[in-house]
Amino acid sequence: MENTKKERFHKQCKYNQYVKQKSPKPNFFKNAIWAFLVGGIICICGQFIMNTLKVIGLQKEEVGTATSIILIFLGAFLTGVGIYDKLGKRAGGGSIIPITGFANSIVSPAMEFKTEGYIFGIGAKMFILAGPVLVYGFTSAVLVGLIYLFIGK
Amino acid sequence: MDYIRAFIVGGTICVIGQLLMDGTKLTPAHVLVLFVTSGVILTALGIYEPIVKFGGAGATVPIVGFGYTLAKGSIKATKESGILGAFTGGVEAGAGGVAAAVVFGYLMALIFNPKSKK
Amino acid sequence: MAIKKIGKQTVKFENPPYIVATATTVGPKEGEGPLKSYFDNILSDDLYGEDSWELAESKILRESVKRAIQKSDKNIVDMEYMLSGDLLNQLMSTSFAARDLGIPFFGLYGACSTMAESLSLGAMIIDGGYADYLVATTSSHFSSAERQYRFPLEHGNQRALTAQWTVTGSGAAILSTNGNGPKITHVTTGKVVDLGIKDVNNMGAAMAPSAVDTMIAHFQDTGFRPEKYDLIVTGDLGAIGKEITEEMVFDRGYNITKVYNDCGVLIFDNEAQDTHAGGSGCGCSACVFCGYIYKEMIKKNLNNVLLISTGALLSTTSAQQGQSIPGIAHAVTIVNG
Repeated sequence: MENTKKERFHKQCKYNQYVKQKSPKPNFFKNAIWAFLVGGIICICGQFIMNTLKVIGLQKEEVGTATSIILIFLGAFLTGVGIYDKLGKRAGGGSIIPITGFANSIVSPAMEFKTEGYIFGIGAKMFILAGPVLVYGFTSAVLVGLIYLFIGK
Repeated sequence: MDYIRAFIVGGTICVIGQLLMDGTKLTPAHVLVLFVTSGVILTALGIYEPIVKFGGAGATVPIVGFGYTLAKGSIKATKESGILGAFTGGVEAGAGGVAAAVVFGYLMALIFNPKSKK
Repeated sequence: MAIKKIGKQTVKFENPPYIVATATTVGPKEGEGPLKSYFDNILSDDLYGEDSWELAESKILRESVKRAIQKSDKNIVDMEYMLSGDLLNQLMSTSFAARDLGIPFFGLYGACSTMAESLSLGAMIIDGGYADYLVATTSSHFSSAERQYRFPLEHGNQRALTAQWTVTGSGAAILSTNGNGPKITHVTTGKVVDLGIKDVNNMGAAMAPSAVDTMIAHFQDTGFRPEKYDLIVTGDLGAIGKEITEEMVFDRGYNITKVYNDCGVLIFDNEAQDTHAGGSGCGCSACVFCGYIYKEMIKKNLNNVLLISTGALLSTTSAQQGQSIPGIAHAVTIVNG
């Protein structure tokens, strides 16, 4: 029994290696260029919004939050009209990592699961992708606060 | 000038995410979680603040910046009001973004339907 | 005594059932592919006037069955069994179609191997003398599979190069004790094979070993050589799985290169349609068999076909628990008689 288990494991390892060598690799360079350009452009938009808000006369703290809200709206809207998924197909990380991608990860399941109703569909499924971000973000932030308190800087 | 810096810093952060997704089995959800947590930790260690100073929106617009906001809020509130601040600070600082995402997400889902891919 | 059994896994029919009619319904993307002229009904909108993707898939299945019955000059009430399955949880699209059709129903789950599975069991029922007419069918839908197994449609993610595109479509075949058309002479039932692939974006590689296992068992049980067939076709291994299968079968002493193809490779033009490794889903082998292969057999361009539909028996739960992907493949020999 022990022997066959080992044999099976060996066979699986061999097959996995064989498959790895057969499978096409993603074009790292092309994908990276796209991610850089699109991610960079989204950040330029963010910078433009920030600068404009500063000119209007918002406080420094408010500028950051307001910029986030505007970008989240844009990400949500572009998801709604069906543009963001097409952008993401090219840009990958370039459109996933910015805050607009966070909005996309909330809006897309919310739209998708509307057919399951307003409570268990939109309400519950909205967080299937973004929920973990909040869980880990909030938890680590609270931990940082607590550690800060105990180290007592 | 601040536009060029935002472009370079933001682009670089996105490329790191792209390389992680292409080179490993990490999905977008994994990368988002990894980046927001990294943002919190880097901020706590004092590494991210200079990056924000340099890159502006290039550092705050990526999801790492959300972690930065959370950690900064948490530390500031802890300084001011102790243990309670540790709990309220981060969430308070990120509240605008989270509320916006939920509300706009809900509205968009009411208005639009998903379209099949071609 | 199992007098119709030959070898370990194969059944040879005494009175081979006829496939008297088939029908297909496909989505817009499949309707733009290389096999477009073989499909009976190409939808312009894959929501098909329904409220959800699942209901649309159900309607696609239902309409294919109705059309196939019509083509066989029979009525729905003449059908004694319906053997069918799909990819959705608890076979939603199939069950709802069966509810509307009112044919005595066995629900099958074999993932994307369901077309060969339903043909196998259907042929056994007919040859066994338990029915004169029955329907074997299956369906899949890109958008319903995507939301169950992967990401929401509007999520901006990138598809892996090894990933395949779930076919929107359904194929239905009417089996009968008598009539005209191609006959099912042999059925080889596959075992679940798992060589430890965990990558859900590389289903072809996960299923290829099961296709090889069933194909070899078929050759050994029947004594056939690849030369017997003018087409050996696997279900939905895609470009990568196809290459792996060809090499693994060659290592076992059979050269299938000349006659071998894969439904997932045939149904899309991977370059032009951006489908990466090819098509997949229950509907893939169903549409290619009930459309392209069946029609070519009627025209006598193909006379001996071995259909091996392949299925990946994973679930979202098994994948999230880090388990590898078990594969299954069933083989059906169809000949012009």
